[in-house]
Amino acid sequence: MTDHLLDVQSLSVEFHTAGGTVKAVQDVSWYLDRGEVLAILGESGSGKSVSAAAVMDLIDMPPGRISSGRILFEGRDLLQLSQAGRRAVNGRKIAMIFQDPLSHLNPVYTAGWQIEETLVIHGTRRREARAQTLDLLQRVGIPDPAASAAKYPHQFSGGQRQRLMIAMALALRPDILIADEPTTALDVTVQAQILSLLQDLQRETGMGMLLITHDLGVVAEIAARVVVMNSGRIVEHGSALDIYRNPSHPYTRDLIAAAPGKGDLPSNTDRRADALLDVQGLSKSFGQFEAVRNVTFDVMAGECVAIVGESGSGKSTLAKAILRLDEPSAGKAFYKGRDLFSLSDKELFNIRRQIQMVFQDPTQSLNPRMSIYELISEAWVIHKEILPRAQWHERVQQLLEQVGLSADHAQRYPHQFSGGQRQRIAIARALALEPELIVCDEAVSALDVQVQAQVIALLSDLRKKLDLAYIFIAHDLPVVRDFADRVIVMQGGSIVEQGSVRDIFENPQQSYTQNLLAASLDPDPEIQAARRAARSL
Amino acid sequence: MTDSQPVRELPSKLVQLLRMLWRDKLACIAAAFLLLVICCALFGPMMLEDLATKQNLRGRNAPPFDFSKNWTFWLGGDALGRPLLARIIVAAGNTMMVAAGAVFCSLLIGTTLGMIAGYTSKLTSQIILRLADVIMSFPSLLLAVIVLYMLPASVGNLVIVLAITRIPVYLRTARAEVLEIRERMFVQAARVMGASTPRIIFRHILPLVFPTLITIATLDFAFVMLAESSLSFLGIGIQPPEITWGLMVAQGRSYLTSAWWLSFWPGLAIIFTTLSLNLLSNWMRVALDPQQRWRLEMSTQND
Amino acid sequence: MSLTLFAESPSIRTFLGKRAIASAISLVGLVILVFFLSRLTGDPTALYLPVDASQESREQFREIHGLNDPLPVQFARYMGDLLRLDFGMSIRRAEPALDSVLRGFKWTLQLALITMSLVTVMAIVVGSLAAFRVGGVFDRIATFCSLIAASAPDFWIAIVAIVVFSVNLGWVPTSGTGTVWHWILPVSVLFIRPFGLILQVVRGSMITALSSAYVKTARAKGVLDRPIIFVHALRNALLPVITVIGDQAAGLLNGAVIVETIFGFPGVGKVMIDAILQRDFAVVLAAVMVTAFAIFLMNLLIDILYAVLDPRIRY
Repeated sequence: MTDHLLDVQSLSVEFHTAGGTVKAVQDVSWYLDRGEVLAILGESGSGKSVSAAAVMDLIDMPPGRISSGRILFEGRDLLQLSQAGRRAVNGRKIAMIFQDPLSHLNPVYTAGWQIEETLVIHGTRRREARAQTLDLLQRVGIPDPAASAAKYPHQFSGGQRQRLMIAMALALRPDILIADEPTTALDVTVQAQILSLLQDLQRETGMGMLLITHDLGVVAEIAARVVVMNSGRIVEHGSALDIYRNPSHPYTRDLIAAAPGKGDLPSNTDRRADALLDVQGLSKSFGQFEAVRNVTFDVMAGECVAIVGESGSGKSTLAKAILRLDEPSAGKAFYKGRDLFSLSDKELFNIRRQIQMVFQDPTQSLNPRMSIYELISEAWVIHKEILPRAQWHERVQQLLEQVGLSADHAQRYPHQFSGGQRQRIAIARALALEPELIVCDEAVSALDVQVQAQVIALLSDLRKKLDLAYIFIAHDLPVVRDFADRVIVMQGGSIVEQGSVRDIFENPQQSYTQNLLAASLDPDPEIQAARRAARSL
Repeated sequence: MTDSQPVRELPSKLVQLLRMLWRDKLACIAAAFLLLVICCALFGPMMLEDLATKQNLRGRNAPPFDFSKNWTFWLGGDALGRPLLARIIVAAGNTMMVAAGAVFCSLLIGTTLGMIAGYTSKLTSQIILRLADVIMSFPSLLLAVIVLYMLPASVGNLVIVLAITRIPVYLRTARAEVLEIRERMFVQAARVMGASTPRIIFRHILPLVFPTLITIATLDFAFVMLAESSLSFLGIGIQPPEITWGLMVAQGRSYLTSAWWLSFWPGLAIIFTTLSLNLLSNWMRVALDPQQRWRLEMSTQND
Repeated sequence: MSLTLFAESPSIRTFLGKRAIASAISLVGLVILVFFLSRLTGDPTALYLPVDASQESREQFREIHGLNDPLPVQFARYMGDLLRLDFGMSIRRAEPALDSVLRGFKWTLQLALITMSLVTVMAIVVGSLAAFRVGGVFDRIATFCSLIAASAPDFWIAIVAIVVFSVNLGWVPTSGTGTVWHWILPVSVLFIRPFGLILQVVRGSMITALSSAYVKTARAKGVLDRPIIFVHALRNALLPVITVIGDQAAGLLNGAVIVETIFGFPGVGKVMIDAILQRDFAVVLAAVMVTAFAIFLMNLLIDILYAVLDPRIRY
């Protein structure tokens, strides 16, 4: 019937939820051969991980149910096997690594123990397993394997934890490796290292690899074939290059068009003279640890300044200090000539309404028990001088329409909206105070690419209409490229480099900035192939 | 999932809650039983007071299940010939009042102190916590003896004793929850807007702590009932002629071998009430936890 | 493992030090409170001397037991004695108060140890298995039984048990501590409520642990269900369980007054209630301090156990 290594045939999975039965995937078919890399591309909620979970017997039943389909591995239908049969395949023949390795590693056992366990349960003797574990740790690039084996997951960095997961998955040289968003929460430079490790190992062992991702760049870097999923169905299937060049389905076309970092760079223009915010020598330490070190920069009225840095660079701490959510250890920040850090409580209260913030995760930054009307009008409860009560209703409707929502959404609650809609509500809430400066802390990082593009379009539109200034904090350079006037690159609490967008992207001076730029992935498979070739020279 | 998808429609909260209660049959029965007990507690003392205190020498230690007698004697009569069923219904009044009063007071005081401990300086927080430690290790029996030595053994004073001993439970829970919630992003967002501390506590934090506290209070209601019964059983709680279920068990103890029903029925009333409270609290824990709610929301077809 | 723990982290010693100070503060507060409040229950003279005793003999009695001085003086003297570990004399038994208390505490400790060991093992095994198939037959039965157990008033269970097993069936003696048979009823009665409560916590905590991401990893590795429950999930689920076990054990160490009274078991709970009712203040204070100290030690043990079970916890 079939000579593919793994063949998923018209698989349908459904889940029971509050709103009745949800069909997570419908009639999904794909296959994987030895030695190739297949990517499943889709946004959150597209069902891209569900078929892989079905392959690994990871779907909880109930509430889940496999309503139809077959999963053939080496000609046998995995769905017909007993549970013990499935577990004998898992880890030995088919292995899997996950997003967020910290929560996927057992926190109370050592790294070495967890890798050994894979070997031992599939029949390796304890002593041999120990020796092999050290070899594996060495192979995936963990320094000092003997000492590392005795450490616990929380003692490793994010990238190292994913290396541990890889070592665990590849312990028995499986025929297939499934990687579910393996680099999503990682910094770009670490992502590049992990992807190249996966590529090397795949070539070395000749296994088939299934990569699940939302990121066109990752697909371009690593996959030969790609399956595009939307709303539980496969919309397109083909070679990665073909699909990028000639997407046939409108969904794929939109997805590719939404990829950031494609527009023309703006030319360098003169900055306006009126400094809105002038930060001088700001430092913040937590005990011995200096999170932000002597940072100096300024923001003009109506300007968008992006602060880019990897995790631990101190960019969020900086934002919190400017907003006085945390008290800074040293330095000054002049807002329209007045030092924010030496204001009295009353003065601070008055200045609050001029500087607002939009947070990373709109699910958490909106109080789940308040309706949209209550959330937005809270601004006027606190600052009574802005608007008389009689006009609240009308103004809420105006604001909702301004951020692209419908006026009759005011009586609903945050959980009834999607992630992008919630971020729009958070923006409306910030606008209610009529601020002049908005600090966006990773405001679009948690959103899907298309939604990300829409929210950024909204932000730049509002900026033009209302003459807003932004401090836009991001870990991702391409996002910033289309949107910011100036870029500040941070590392380890200090500013490495700052300049206009054009200068930073076309002519970065510092090696750190250059590495950061080189590590970000381009959605075009040919460009990535060229970069790979250049790297290997 | 794109940005423009329509918002989801959900029925009103109360309807959802009732629907979820209906799905869990045991919790449903528990709720019905508690409703019955509450009715007994509210109207029983008014309607049956005379019947329950009238002595009847011919009905002394009358055995249960004698259906030829008046319905109040169906569970038998006590040592003075008073009908047990009527007495149990009347005793429900005191039993419930003590437990409800103690739970309400300790919930109120404990939550307030816990909120303060969670949202103010380290020193205040430490003082409040040490105070909780002292209360926790202070023998509740001694407290009961002291209070009831100085004050008459009334329902109100029993409430004071029990409320004091239960304050630490709410205090610690409220403090732990506040410490967690105050770091959440929507609280930070409120601070950025300039919201005052009272507003943050009452508008943003309290509504989120409340479901947890109510769940605990339901469980604690059962605990306080048992504690009250224990005190009455030891003779340092409610004094006759007032009655509670615990006191009835104690009074029947000397007739154990000859008339087991004197202690048995009030004990059973205690068990059923606490069991119902536990069932309801269990259901609440699931119903109020968004991660587990699906178990109650699943369509009934696979039941 | 706990030995290396101490060697590795000097911070645990600071932590233990801080804990000791906090507990000492609470203990002093407790002693002050108990000392003054217990004297509010009345004058022991009225209880120990006959109603028609002469004024002189009353005075003499007060003089002997140091009840004539103003309260602050009595308190200062008591605290002074306490620093020399002298807990004062029992009025009723005319022996050092500490002796009366320790005699009772010895029984209570044994009772608590036996009961809590049984409860812990049973609750963890049954609760884990129930959590594995939530909503299954075993889970439903276990949950319902645990709810009944957690709802039962112990004094009622105790007297019903005496009627059924001692009086009617004659299998076990009604009271005393002589033989193994004497222990069966008290242990069983004390077992019920903690078992019900802890089982529910184990079940809830295991449900959380079993739905966490690392269990998914274990399934993907090919680990079978039983090791997933008892090796991967259980150790993670134990932390909240240990807290509740601690609370319940503390309750038993405080003396299970009711059960001890009903079964005539001479534990510290019975010593305490008798002392309270007889205004034997020195014994009340000694009992409060001994149990508070025992609970303090147990809490320390629990903190160390936390650190052993979860390597992320470092004090």
